[in-house]
Amino acid sequence: MNGRVIGISGPTVSVELAGLKLYDRVTVGHARMTGEVVRIEKGRSIVQVYESTRGLSVGEPAVATGTQLTVRLGPGLLGRMFDGLQRPLESLYAEFGPFIQAGRESSRSWIARSLHFVPVKKPGDSIRIGEAVGYVEEGPIRHHVLADQAGVIDRIREGELDPQSPVVSLSDGRQIFSFHDWPVRVPRPYRRKLTHFEPLVTGQRCIDFLFPLARGGSAIFPGGFGTGKTILEQTIAKFAQADIVVYVGCGERGNEMAEMLDDFTHLADPWTKRPLMSRTIVAVNTSNMPVAAREASIYTAVTMAEYYRDLGYNVLLLADSLSRWAEALREISSALEEMPGEEGYPTYLSSRIAGFFARAGAVETLDGRTGSLTMILSISPPGGDFTEPVTQACLRTTGSFFMLDTDLAHRRHFPAINWFQSFSLYERDVSAHFEERVSQEWSALRQQTRTFLQKEASLREVVEIVGTEGLQDADRLLMKTTEEIRRNFLVQNAYTEDAFSSPEQTLERIRQILKRHAAASERLEKGELLDNVLKERA
Amino acid sequence: MRLGTHIYSTILSIQGPLLFLDRVIEARMSEVVRITFPDGHQAEGEVLKIEGDVVLIQVIGESRGLDADHTQVAFTDAIKRAPLSLAMLNRVFDGSFRPIDGRPMFIPDRWAPVSGLPLNPVARLRPQDLIETGVSAIDGLNTLVKGQKLPIFSCAGLPSREIAAGILEHARAGATDASGGSGGSVVVFVALGLTFHEHAFYRQALERMRGDSVAFINLASDPVVERLLAPRFGLTVAEHLAFEQGRDVLVLVTDMTNYCDALREVSAAREELPGRRGYPGYMYSDLASLYERAGRIKGTPGSVTLLPIVTMPEDDITHPIPDLTGYITEGQIVLSRELHQRGIFPPVDVLPSLSRLMQRGIGAGRTREDHRVIANALYMHYATGRDLRRLEAIVGREGMSDADKKMLDFADAFEHEIVHQGTVRRTIGETLDASRGLLARFGLVTPQPAATGGSDLKE
Repeated sequence: MNGRVIGISGPTVSVELAGLKLYDRVTVGHARMTGEVVRIEKGRSIVQVYESTRGLSVGEPAVATGTQLTVRLGPGLLGRMFDGLQRPLESLYAEFGPFIQAGRESSRSWIARSLHFVPVKKPGDSIRIGEAVGYVEEGPIRHHVLADQAGVIDRIREGELDPQSPVVSLSDGRQIFSFHDWPVRVPRPYRRKLTHFEPLVTGQRCIDFLFPLARGGSAIFPGGFGTGKTILEQTIAKFAQADIVVYVGCGERGNEMAEMLDDFTHLADPWTKRPLMSRTIVAVNTSNMPVAAREASIYTAVTMAEYYRDLGYNVLLLADSLSRWAEALREISSALEEMPGEEGYPTYLSSRIAGFFARAGAVETLDGRTGSLTMILSISPPGGDFTEPVTQACLRTTGSFFMLDTDLAHRRHFPAINWFQSFSLYERDVSAHFEERVSQEWSALRQQTRTFLQKEASLREVVEIVGTEGLQDADRLLMKTTEEIRRNFLVQNAYTEDAFSSPEQTLERIRQILKRHAAASERLEKGELLDNVLKERA
Repeated sequence: MRLGTHIYSTILSIQGPLLFLDRVIEARMSEVVRITFPDGHQAEGEVLKIEGDVVLIQVIGESRGLDADHTQVAFTDAIKRAPLSLAMLNRVFDGSFRPIDGRPMFIPDRWAPVSGLPLNPVARLRPQDLIETGVSAIDGLNTLVKGQKLPIFSCAGLPSREIAAGILEHARAGATDASGGSGGSVVVFVALGLTFHEHAFYRQALERMRGDSVAFINLASDPVVERLLAPRFGLTVAEHLAFEQGRDVLVLVTDMTNYCDALREVSAAREELPGRRGYPGYMYSDLASLYERAGRIKGTPGSVTLLPIVTMPEDDITHPIPDLTGYITEGQIVLSRELHQRGIFPPVDVLPSLSRLMQRGIGAGRTREDHRVIANALYMHYATGRDLRRLEAIVGREGMSDADKKMLDFADAFEHEIVHQGTVRRTIGETLDASRGLLARFGLVTPQPAATGGSDLKE
């Protein structure tokens, strides 16, 4: 169906085009820019366009595609960098040069072709949707090829993958390829959600020990600029114990993405020793790329993450930052002249956020496997003020909250996770796992650490008034110990080998600190002078 | 493509710099229009929004004198572009790219759209080559690298211009830089809403400079809309010089606060929904469309490095302008009124200052092997000393331990000997030597770079 452009306002375009459905994909203009129908009125529809509308003219064509905004899912995704609409950036660079021009589509398919397909079903078998018909070995994982339609297998072809020819032909003539398309705004189905939680080891002592994460859970970390959000996201992306990592650079810096790409191709996954990039998919929409595509980018990413979950893997989705997504939503809402809610954000902000968080979880897949999708999202609150709508909306749904503290960051205490304000709802569930896997002392040592840090905070108030000299020896010793906890345990330099700490190393480190403290306080009690005790410790 | 020029005089309304035009056929988004005033003089405008046959146009320049009956608007069928040629070097232009140095306009080799195109993240080269500014607080502790965007957060009355001028005159790419640009460095200077006095100051600084420069000057008395255009011209020129001519380009934009106020003014005139403090909700994206143009491209020698100056309203770093800037840029250099009052120049407060790209730009083969260790030690001890000052204010110096007193003295000495340097320029080697000397004098052992993290921050 063909129509034409009748109005343009920022990232939204009104078109005169009959037969459109809400969220249908439309191409706009001679440059064939992609957009999505976000509002339908009598005689016109409003399309959110994923490219810059500069230079677009009224009267240019608008064409309905009859589909929704989809992503392609199949072998070949791993190790790639896509834009917010899943266009492969390497291919765009090779074909069109360093700058991204509107409406350019790469002519190359990224679907894997050199992999060997091994069937697990045979002709005559009947298959259900979501069931594996075979697999290929893709980098670090076995990539099951899932049926996207049900039927009885007529032919199934072993051998090299070919994106053009089907791997399975069904008895009624329909075909199954090694890939299929899925609409990004529709959560992928699963058999059931699981309620038990296993820990997701991040390699960050402060997180694993004090505020542990669970597979299938969600976490947010809000922080003002300079509090190390991006470094923390990328460090977790490097070291977390996950099979697949999907990283979304949503409205952030281009140079950071260049750095990340550089790092990830050179560093190895500490768990499998393979190059990090081979388990990673990156979706990136930098702050200067079109704002509407930024809104779509997190959906593109979460759909790819769900796909790997459905193959039975533990997937970690990292988004930096959700605030930029919310701002994109606000910008589009404002172009649509919708009634604004708090701080100009649309009133549906919190329900959209809740809907997005609901896509995390550990599930039993349609094929009976277990997979999980964990989300870690950074938030950039304006002015570092956590009372703003995005942080507040996320706090209602998230399972963990790591508050990044500007004061700590100014002291170069990284990761700048505030240990009083942060929380994790998975603490109880995953502690049992750590006690089983690492040590029975896990929870007890954590409680002791917490108590010490809490005590230090109140002692600090005293010190502010009377000075360190005015404290009792036992308290001064405690201050020394907490200083050690802060500097040698909570602080973790992302640029050295210390960037990753296994749960065993984490426990050992805190155990040593607390053991030294116990020994020192014993000597104090026996009447030794604090200065002597401290001197020997140093 | 249109066959003829479309000219309209169907004006519906005029509101400040905005013009609504009726019964327009096939206008283009962001198309440039030429407006002929009733008295015959001309100005440019840009299409902001199209609803059916009603078009909203923003007048670039003064809109005084427009009327609804005789004004004519001609559509050019093109979006705003900048003329490019090496002949623009060492010239001075206004916010509409008209020469204001008394010489005629050059003949452009080609034209490029001023809004630029987003750089493919895959094509970006990771920035890691030092730019030496001669300022210890920057070179030593918040190192600037080629392709970085590093703003200076200033407050009203602080000497941000003297610092900027000093950097313009003395900045040079690190000696270890292998990829080096071909024709040396160029400064693109963009002045937004400056007073005549400030402008004269910068003009002198540019004249003292050895290398090439291109200047875009929008004074406080010049049209507000040109304030939105001038940085885009500057950056388009910078991209051309960097990525097509292989030059290392340093873009200095002052003052971004005036830019943001212009953005707010225009947004309010368009009756858009205001965000925080009345600034439009898209200010983040808009600022990013400028700041993100800094960078380097793989396989290309040049670089665009961006140094915007932001005056923080009410000295408040959480104000939307410095806040959004800080979220986009790769760090910030923060000036402190307190240091300024104590006579320290440049009054850089190193604690909230940060250069995100420093890690890769320093160390063996780039600056010096001991750079990271020295920087970490200085930072750590200075932070401790600064913390203790609060305590000193309550309990007095007498009530403090000797160790604490030492740290207080260290913080003072650091401010007076390392941060303070007056008009003297230090090479990176001199900065590191002075820092090493200071640490040694206080018996603060320079810590060894250790395998375990955290410990390189230890006393």
